[in-house]
Amino acid sequence: MSTETVEPTSFAFDAESEAKIATIIKRYPEGKQASAVIPLLYVVQKQMGRQTGSAWVPRVAMDVVAERLSMAPIRVYEVCTFYFMFNTRPIGRFHLQVCGTTPCWLRGSDDVLRACKDAGGLKGYGDTSADGAFTLTEMECMGACVNAPMIAVDDDYYEDLDYESTVKLIEALKRGERPTPGSVIGRQTSAPVGGPMVLTGTEQD
Amino acid sequence: MALSDKDRIFTNLYGTQPWNLPAARARGNWDGTAAILARGRDSIIDEMKASGLRGRGGAGFPTGMKWSFMPKQSDGRTSYLVVNADESEPGTCKDRDIIRHDPHTLIEGCLIAGFAMGAVAGYIYIRGEYYNESVVLEAAIAEAYEAGLLGKNACGSGYDYDLYVHRGAGAYICGEETALIESLEGKKGMPRLKPPFPAAVGLYGCPTTVNNVETIAVVPTILRRGGAWFASFGRERNQGTKIFCIQGHVNKPCNVEAEMSIPLRELIERYAGGVRGGWDNLLCVIPGGSSTPLLPKHVCDDVLMDFDALREHKSGLGTAGVIVMDKSTDIIRAIARLSAFYKHESCGQCTPCREGMGWVKRMMDRMVTGDAEIEEIDVLENVTRRIEGHTICALADGGVWPVQGLIRHYRPLMEERIAAFKARNTRLAAE
Repeated sequence: MSTETVEPTSFAFDAESEAKIATIIKRYPEGKQASAVIPLLYVVQKQMGRQTGSAWVPRVAMDVVAERLSMAPIRVYEVCTFYFMFNTRPIGRFHLQVCGTTPCWLRGSDDVLRACKDAGGLKGYGDTSADGAFTLTEMECMGACVNAPMIAVDDDYYEDLDYESTVKLIEALKRGERPTPGSVIGRQTSAPVGGPMVLTGTEQD
Repeated sequence: MALSDKDRIFTNLYGTQPWNLPAARARGNWDGTAAILARGRDSIIDEMKASGLRGRGGAGFPTGMKWSFMPKQSDGRTSYLVVNADESEPGTCKDRDIIRHDPHTLIEGCLIAGFAMGAVAGYIYIRGEYYNESVVLEAAIAEAYEAGLLGKNACGSGYDYDLYVHRGAGAYICGEETALIESLEGKKGMPRLKPPFPAAVGLYGCPTTVNNVETIAVVPTILRRGGAWFASFGRERNQGTKIFCIQGHVNKPCNVEAEMSIPLRELIERYAGGVRGGWDNLLCVIPGGSSTPLLPKHVCDDVLMDFDALREHKSGLGTAGVIVMDKSTDIIRAIARLSAFYKHESCGQCTPCREGMGWVKRMMDRMVTGDAEIEEIDVLENVTRRIEGHTICALADGGVWPVQGLIRHYRPLMEERIAAFKARNTRLAAE
């Protein structure tokens, strides 16, 4: 994929997006529709992913959001660039987001990063693979610290990873599979490995 | 004595049972909610004060008192409850479990808390990365509406209350309550100057209280079992039960709900399988999420996990994200990575933070390799003191405290690293 940004010349919400927008706007009081700016930017990003295979927010779509919410375009631009989860440039079909903050680093996030590079054909953070399949991003703590290290693939968390299991995950994505999110070593969510030591239902009152 | 399961509030913490309404009702949620509301605002707030509950989002402000700041009579403006589910403090992953496995404890808490502060509606601001969790939460709220537990005449109480989910989009700063309000209004998440405090001027200029997820989620159980029951755990001023996130170099990282004031060593050994390689292999622990300064092993040997005990050791309970590091850890690098985090997350509004976090990170990067002068450790410490307390919000404070903790406890190690770097370079120059 070219690193140059190709801005589309127009953007319009499709029917699926419009249905979603109708439910979003209702959440906020009359006259406070600017509150819907983050939700609508998500709607844009999802629609772009659906239509082009690359989930990002082009400038022309920000203008459409501004018009819809009666906001000055600059107010939408500054929101879109302030928040980290909006991609203001095209990305790969899969967004590999590696947590590199201390809790994950202590448990081996460097190995997870290496696996992403090796298996995904990626040079490093910010890179998109030549086939347009993967974009690699370093994330700050994603809040799954007792299941460290982890990555998010788009919206799904994969936890308790190491080098081998990360490679396996990426190979599966390449084959068009979408492994079940969560702990890759079969842990019951945030319970200790081997099963819960409390809330086991065995305690006598 | 260890907390027993019958005294645990989050009985589906690990998601071994479904999160849905029938399962939640079987666990005791939504039991007699209308009767609780019928006790009236003042009675509910008094019970919360009696429970000794202090905010679970990090600052530890007494919850009952916070609610009492909301206006008793409306001046024509509506009031709001905003729930802070923007859980982003490195080392913290407790609210996530409440939301995805026990959402009805949170939703019922929102109704009761909203009622107690005279709110017409509540917004749960959830971090954008918790997408799947937000889907569960929205579905649980839809169930509650369907069953008449929310909306008009909620639970048949005669009280109307709406509850909405709002997703953030990846900004740690939005966990600061006024930045969260700004974000919810559709702006960049930049903290507001206080006063006015949100209870006077908050969301849309209306009286607002912002509470953490865990704080709100323990409310229904406290009101069902009584403030005295909750206050029977932990020490005076530090009462209740608490979810701890035990992680890093332990044999079995996990979340667990335990009693406040539990000894740190017992917490790690009883619930998390102990330190990797045994207790004597422990280097240090960050006790309450990334902003709280580390505790070296000799402090960890007998320190209690509560607000006051950790404060005595110049640290804090924070969010109770317990980051354990064994002797294999490069502690300078571990703290430097946190400095990178705070640089990344500074909103850029205040100069000491915007410039300072970047400067601290660059200094810390040099401390990792040892490419520095010994005197620069003092310069670093000095600059952190000039950043601390000189910004609108506490992000910069939380950013420099870990560095101060490192210097306080591991200065000899930092000096050693600088000396080793110099020795290496002198040798190279001589060759």
